This record gives sequence, C-alpha cells and structure tokens, in this order.
Amino acid sequence: MPHAATVMLAGATVAERIRAAVPDAVREVAPQWVVLEPSAAFEAMAAVRDDELLDGKYLVELCSVDQITRIDVVYHIASLAQNHLFELKVPADHEHPEVPSVTPLWVGATLQEREVYDLMGVRFPGHPELTRLFLWDSFPGHPLRKDFLALPGGQKAGLSQFPKQIVGETGGEFRPRRPGTGE
Amino acid sequence: MTPRPLTLITDNWYDIRDLSNLSGKIEELIRDANGPHWAVWVVSALLGAIGIVAFIGGVAIINIWIERRVVGRMQSRLGPNRLGPFGLLQPLADAIKLMQKEVLQPKAADGLVFSIAPIAFTVPGIVIMAVLPWGRNMSLARLDVGILFILAMSSLGALAVFTGGYGSNNKYALFGAMRVIAMLVTYEIPSVLALLGLVLFSGTMDLADMVLFQEKFWIPLVLVQPLPFLIYFISSSAELNRTPADLAEAESEIAGGYHVEYSGMKFGLFYAAELINAVAISAIIATVFLGGWWFYKLDELVPGWMIFIGKIYAVYFLFVWTRGTLPRFRIDQLLAFAWKWMTPMAFANIIVVAAEVLIWDETGASAGLVLPLYIAFNMLFAGVLIVAWVRFMGPRFSRFPDRLRYFDRIDVPSLPAMRAPAPAAAAPKSGSGAPARSASEGGGDLRGGRLVGGPRP
Amino acid sequence: MPIKSEPVEVNIGPQHPSTHGVFRMVAMIDGERITDVKMIVGYLHRSMEKLAEERTYTQNIPFTDRMDYLAAMTSNLGYCLSVEKLAGIDVPERAQVLRVIFAELQRIASHCMATGAFINDCGAWQTPVMYTFRDREKVLDLFEMTCGARITTNYMRIGGVAFDVPDEFLPALDMLINDDLPFRFEEYDQLLVGNEIILMRARDVGVVSPEMAINASLSGPMLRSAGIAWDLRKADPYSGYDQYTFEIPVGYNGDSYDRMVIRIEEMKQSLRIIRQAVHILPGGPHKTEVPLAIRPPAGEAYSRVESPKGEVGFYVVSDGGAAPYRWHVRAPSLINLSVLKEMTVGQTIADAIVTLGSIDINVGEVDR
Repeated sequence: MPHAATVMLAGATVAERIRAAVPDAVREVAPQWVVLEPSAAFEAMAAVRDDELLDGKYLVELCSVDQITRIDVVYHIASLAQNHLFELKVPADHEHPEVPSVTPLWVGATLQEREVYDLMGVRFPGHPELTRLFLWDSFPGHPLRKDFLALPGGQKAGLSQFPKQIVGETGGEFRPRRPGTGE
Repeated sequence: MTPRPLTLITDNWYDIRDLSNLSGKIEELIRDANGPHWAVWVVSALLGAIGIVAFIGGVAIINIWIERRVVGRMQSRLGPNRLGPFGLLQPLADAIKLMQKEVLQPKAADGLVFSIAPIAFTVPGIVIMAVLPWGRNMSLARLDVGILFILAMSSLGALAVFTGGYGSNNKYALFGAMRVIAMLVTYEIPSVLALLGLVLFSGTMDLADMVLFQEKFWIPLVLVQPLPFLIYFISSSAELNRTPADLAEAESEIAGGYHVEYSGMKFGLFYAAELINAVAISAIIATVFLGGWWFYKLDELVPGWMIFIGKIYAVYFLFVWTRGTLPRFRIDQLLAFAWKWMTPMAFANIIVVAAEVLIWDETGASAGLVLPLYIAFNMLFAGVLIVAWVRFMGPRFSRFPDRLRYFDRIDVPSLPAMRAPAPAAAAPKSGSGAPARSASEGGGDLRGGRLVGGPRP
Repeated sequence: MPIKSEPVEVNIGPQHPSTHGVFRMVAMIDGERITDVKMIVGYLHRSMEKLAEERTYTQNIPFTDRMDYLAAMTSNLGYCLSVEKLAGIDVPERAQVLRVIFAELQRIASHCMATGAFINDCGAWQTPVMYTFRDREKVLDLFEMTCGARITTNYMRIGGVAFDVPDEFLPALDMLINDDLPFRFEEYDQLLVGNEIILMRARDVGVVSPEMAINASLSGPMLRSAGIAWDLRKADPYSGYDQYTFEIPVGYNGDSYDRMVIRIEEMKQSLRIIRQAVHILPGGPHKTEVPLAIRPPAGEAYSRVESPKGEVGFYVVSDGGAAPYRWHVRAPSLINLSVLKEMTVGQTIADAIVTLGSIDINVGEVDR
C-alpha cells in the first residue's frame, strides 16, 4: 500500500537494510542520508534496488556536490510502488574522483552520469560511454567545481564586487586536456 | 486526323465564348494577304502558346496567394493580407525576393543535373496544358492519344525531382529522391488503371472527345466512375507531393527533401512548378471526370474556358483542403496503401466497367435507362469496397482503438523482477567492464542486419 | 538473398525543423531504417547551475523560466518550493491556490504546444499546431495580464507569488475554462485522437515497456503512457494538490499515440483542477514577507513538482549564505531522452521523428 505522500526514509532505516546485504558499505549515517564507501557503493546500490523493503527501482536523480575536500555524488532513489524516497551519498577524492557507475542498475543514470562527469569531473568506471554531455571535448576543466576560475581571497563573483583584474597566481584551474583520458 | 465539324456559338471573331473563331479570323486574314499556308499554323500555335504560358504565369502567382489564404482560413488565421488589396501582391513580393537571392550551389553537387532539375520539373505541367481542351474546339494540340500523353508527361515531374535530389549531393535530398522513385513506380499503376476505366467507358483516348462524350450524355463521368475518381485523386496527390503523401519533401522528417539545397529562383521554380503541376493535375481531373468546359447549358452563356478554369480551381481546392487537414503517411504505409488497396480496386473497377460497356453495347439500351443504373451500381460498388476494406483489411488497431485508463490515486503495477546486477562491475577499469544494457534490450547492434524495434502494425 | 546495403550516417539537427530546438542526433541508417542513434546536446548550455551559485536565491528564479521556457510557471514553482522547504517558509493559502491555477494553466499551454508540434512531426501541414497555438495564446494572455510576461513569467516568489491577480483576471479565466477550452478540447478529440493517419503513424511507434520506463527514470506522460499511474500531484502532493479531485490518465501501450492522447486528457484534467481552485480561492495575502536576500540555514533540500514534461526536481544545498552552495536541477527532458536509442533503433527516420516529438523535449531544459 503506497503512502499518501512521499515519505523521506530516515538514514538509519536505509543503513540498516544496506548493512544487512553488504556489511562494509556504510561509512556514515546522517538523519536524512547514508554515506557509502566508494569501493562497495555498487554492491550497496544493487542491494538497495533489489531490496524488498527499500525497493529502489526508480533513480530519481543523480548529482554531485563539491565539498572542497571531497566531491559527493548524491543519489536520490525512490520506490514508486511504496512511494518513499531516500538519499545516498558516495564521497570521492577531490583530485581524482572516481565512483562506480550505476548504469548497469538504472538506465536513467546514463545521461546524468555523463552530466556529472562533464561538469564536475567525476569519473564513473563501468559507464558505457563516458564523454562530455554539454561542453565540447577540449573544454578546460570542469566548471561546477568550486576551484574552477576561483577568485582570489575566496571571493565570489556575483555577490561581492567583481575585481578589476583576475590575478593569475591563486586563480583558476585551467587544466589542459590530457590526451587519451578524455579529460 | 479527320477534320471534325465545327459547331460555333456565333461566327463573330470577338465572341470570347469560343476563341476558335478568333483563330479562324486570323487564318482568314493570312489567306487574304496571300501569306504562306504554314503561317496559319505558326501564328495559331504561337497565340495558343502565349495564352497558355500567360495562364501559367498567372497561376504560379495567384495560386500561392490562394493556397496561403485558403489554408490560412482553415488554420483559423488570416493569411497574407497586407500587400495590395487582400494581400494579392504578396506573391509578387515573394517572387521578387526570391529573384534577388543568391542561387547557391553546393560544391560537391553535380552542376548540370543540379541546374536542369528545376527546369525539367516545370516543363511537364506546361506541356500538359497544351493538350487539354480549354473550350469547344480549343485545344492547342488535339491528340488522339491525349490521355497517354498526359500520363507520360505527369510522371516526368517525378524524374526531375529525382534528378534534383540526386544531383544535390545531400543525404536528405537523396532520401527525397529515393522516395520519389518508389512512389513513382507505385502510383503510376493505379492512376493509369483508374484512367483506363474512363477510356473504356467513353471509348476514346482523346481528351476533347471525352468532354464531348460527357456533353452528349449530359453527365460528368465522376458520377459514373466514383471509384476511379477517388483513386486518381489520391495517387495524383502522391505524385504531386502534396501533404498526405508529401514524402519526397517531408519537411518534418527530411527537412525539405529534394529541394533542401536549392535557393533563390531555382527554389522558386520548384515552388512554382509544384503549383503548376497541381493545377495541371486538377485540369486533367476537371477534364476527364468533371466534363471539362461543359456544364449543362451554362457553356452557351459563359465562355467554356471560364467554366473549365472554375472546375480546375474546384479540384484544386480539394487538394488544398486535404493538405490543410491530414498528416503524412509513412513511406511504407503509403506504398502498401497503393499496392494493397488502390491497385486491386482499380483492377476490380476495370472489370466492372468492361462488363458495363459490353452490356450497353450488346443490349443497345438507351442512355437514359442505362446511365442511372450504372451510377447507382458504381456508387454502391465503390462504397461497399471501401467499407469492406476498412472493416476487414485496414489496420487492425483502427477497429479497436483502446483508450486510456483513469486512476484517481497513484497505482504502480508490480513489475517482474529486473535483471540481476552485473557481477564484478563494482570496480572495472575501463568502460567495457559492465555490459551496456541497451545492447540486450533495444537491439542496438550497429550492423546487425534487420532489426526489430518494437511491434509494428 | 539479402540486399547489400551500406549504412549511411545522417545528421538530424541541430538545425532541423523537427528537433524542437537545437537538439542533434546522429543516426546510422540502413535504407530508411535506423541502426544506431547518438544524441548530442549542449548547444543551448548556459551553465545555469554554476551561475546560480553566485546569485541570491531570489535572483535565481528567472533561471528557472529559461530552462523549460514552455512551462516557466511549473519550474518557478518547483524552485520556490525547494527554497521554502530549505528555509521552512509557510506559504499563504491564497498564494497556494494561485500557484495551482497558474501551474495548471501552464500545463495546458505546454501540452497544447506539445500536441501541436507532435502532429506537425507526424507531417500535418501546420493546421493542428495553429489550432493548439490559438488556445495556448489565450492562456498566455492571462499570464500577461497577471505578471506582464507571456513566456518567461518569473511569477512565483519564495513565500508566495509576485503579484496578486488583477480584477479582470477571474472573469477572463472563467470565460476561458468554461466557454472556450472545453470545446477546443472536444475539437482536438475529433480532429486528432480518432485520426486514422495519426493512428497509423504513432501507434506502436517508440514503445517503452513499464520496466524500462521505471528503470530509465522516465517521468511525466512518458511514464504514464507505459501504464504506470504515477503523478507527483497525487504521489507527493504539494501546494495543496490533495484537496482537488482529478484523475491520472494512463495508457496501455507506451507508444507515441498514447503519449499524445494522455496529453490531451491531462489538459482536460487541468481544467477540472482550475475550476475547483477558482471555486475555493480564498482572500488574504498573496505572499509571505521574506527578505529579498534570504539566507536559509545550512542544509539541503530536494523538492519536486510535476511539470508538463515530467518530474522537475530542485536539489538545493545551502551553506548559510545568501547564494545557494549548490543548485542542481533534475531535468525531465534530459532524463526522458535516456531511452531515445532504445525507442528509435529499428525504426525508420519518420518514426524516429515522431518518437522524438512524442517525448516532448525542451532543449532549454535539456541543456540548462
């Protein structure tokens, strides 16, 4: 019997089910979400999808957040039959972020993972065609990262006065395209 | 050619009800002046040609306006109404604009073929006009095999389209060319067969005699032959690339098809020729099915060629109407429609007509008795065939269009368990580790020969 | 004997009459049959997610207009809901009802556009698109009357709506939903739904199975055509949608034809909702007073609405500042394209165009 309105599952509930299937997958439990170990993330996702209680058949969205020291890939997963929603996060290294692809589990992740790769630079091993989605192949860097074209002194462009000159030293990261890596 | 008796309305050369008086007057003048005997032919041919070309020039200009205004009304908007009275000068402005534009030619195009196509596309429509009877004794070239001639000419247009599409060296244009040839091969057959029934019934292939036949029995042939009218109308709309069957240009699919690379006045010629061909086909239908210049007693009051033009535009309105209403077929559906429906029906019709002609000849019954019987029978025959086809041979879903379900709360059916996750896909090194789901689901094999995407009708 | 043929690569778009913007697909074609499709997007990418990190929450509302520019109201609504959820802002009753009215009007406008353009993709010579545009114009007139803009409305605000409706609005709306649109929708039924050629063109074209629809995260009419009665207005009621009576039309086959009919039916359901909303429209303020540079507490929120295209979700992360730390949009147009290859491979070009038309993408939303 589905809920009358979508229920946001508590992190603890989700973590308990994941632990039952993949013991080492959970790194951290927050009230609203569960942080997974990147190494076991794929198994945990598979377990979440095929779990009877969680029933995460529907990947609502997949995005990424730059947390300066790491990059979080955020998964909102829903069960349409039971009408609930929960959130998983997989942290990745900031310099060389890599998170296993969930395209074998959800086809809907194909384009979203490409988008995350394009804008945030997270690579998804296991993705059938991991190329840039919006930007052209030789575009320098990944624009959604916080250090992309960062202004000196941690200033932001929109809300404070825009400096006359962008100083090159502390400034943005223009990584030249490395051949072969598609990055 | 045996000389035919002239039946003039009056003998006055200025009587516009019969322009043959005028040519007779010219002939007389040349005789009086002791001119050479061939000068008569040259002068009358020149006059006729000028008349027809002038008519066609007018058609090309005015039909753009008519089409846009009529379709505009159908689409609940006004259409061009700014330039001149009722927007009548809009086509002129369009033509001037097109002439000013640069005529681009792709570098890789076949220059000669590319340039010749618009001209070759325009010619058949003009030539067809020459053999049509514009009034009593008013054919520029009266051929004994007029029907054969117009059939041959009307299929030339498709060849020009093919030439243009092939010569453009563009993939979309090539698709258009491919489709137009497929349609030519398919649609010539029903259209010829449809006209064959008329030839059998009227006993002549001369267009002028056909009109005289209809005048003699006081009946337009469309009443006696409703099914061929339908068949010929549909197949000629396919030949003309008009909307239910405009696959060769299919704007929404192949972005203009054969004329995608044409610009300036070359495109303008294609555009105008399309209208000219539409008028030419309308004129054929008006001649053989609707009685040409004859309309009961009206042709004694009004010039026959005016009646004829009126009928042409009546048929042309039908073309515009269908174009404004219907979406497009897919190419295979269109071809299947021709092969599975129109060709067998045209054959059935020929058998019926042949029997009718035989019965009429053998019994020698009076036309007043036979024709109403035939009209009733043929109408019934056409109706039964169409209804039967829709009921028993039409697309299955059209008989049972299942509509939607309605839910007032969310309801997700329990689905079969999805595929188990691919093992060892947790940390593959490269993108080839995990199998792409699409390969097994959608059959996305690149060179896998024939692929079946989903259930087809 | 099989005919030897050579596959041809055909580039459909970005400048093509039927790609609805600057969408591009590269199709490998064997004869007229498609053997492989690759989609290329990004021609309209404006990096809104990055731009939004440098603007205040209120300044970001116009971005949502420009994403799905055919359904600006619903995008506005989704974004405002997410910020309200993040900051814990209550919305007055009147604003909620006004939001519902405008979201449903926007759904009618967007579905009009989608239906007309779809029939145009089927090859009609502009007639249905003119009919549907005529009705869309009337809805846009109401938008103009209320907020001065027709397409990029920028009407919703955090905590309510920007303006209260003018006095002339309700009579005009009443005339539209009671006298005008019901008859137009009957006309669509007669002209489009029973049309044999549209049946032939769209039936069993671009089929999505229910499993595939869920697995590929499809939403909106795409999901419903596959036989899954899922509508966020019912499943996750926002803005008081639970107090209105309406139904979810659901298809049987998951093909293009079902999607078209579902859109037409949804317009009728929208009319039902608007009628009820007008009936219960309360007085009172149209907006909670919210500081212009609102600073929600640190945290994150995901909220979603049912836009005409599907589920529009906004994931907003706040660090306590005046601008969102991260602003992600779940774009239904983009995610619905996940199955483009599965749907089109094996069909002809003509079918692929019809399929693409029935997905009803909006490139502004695909690329963002």
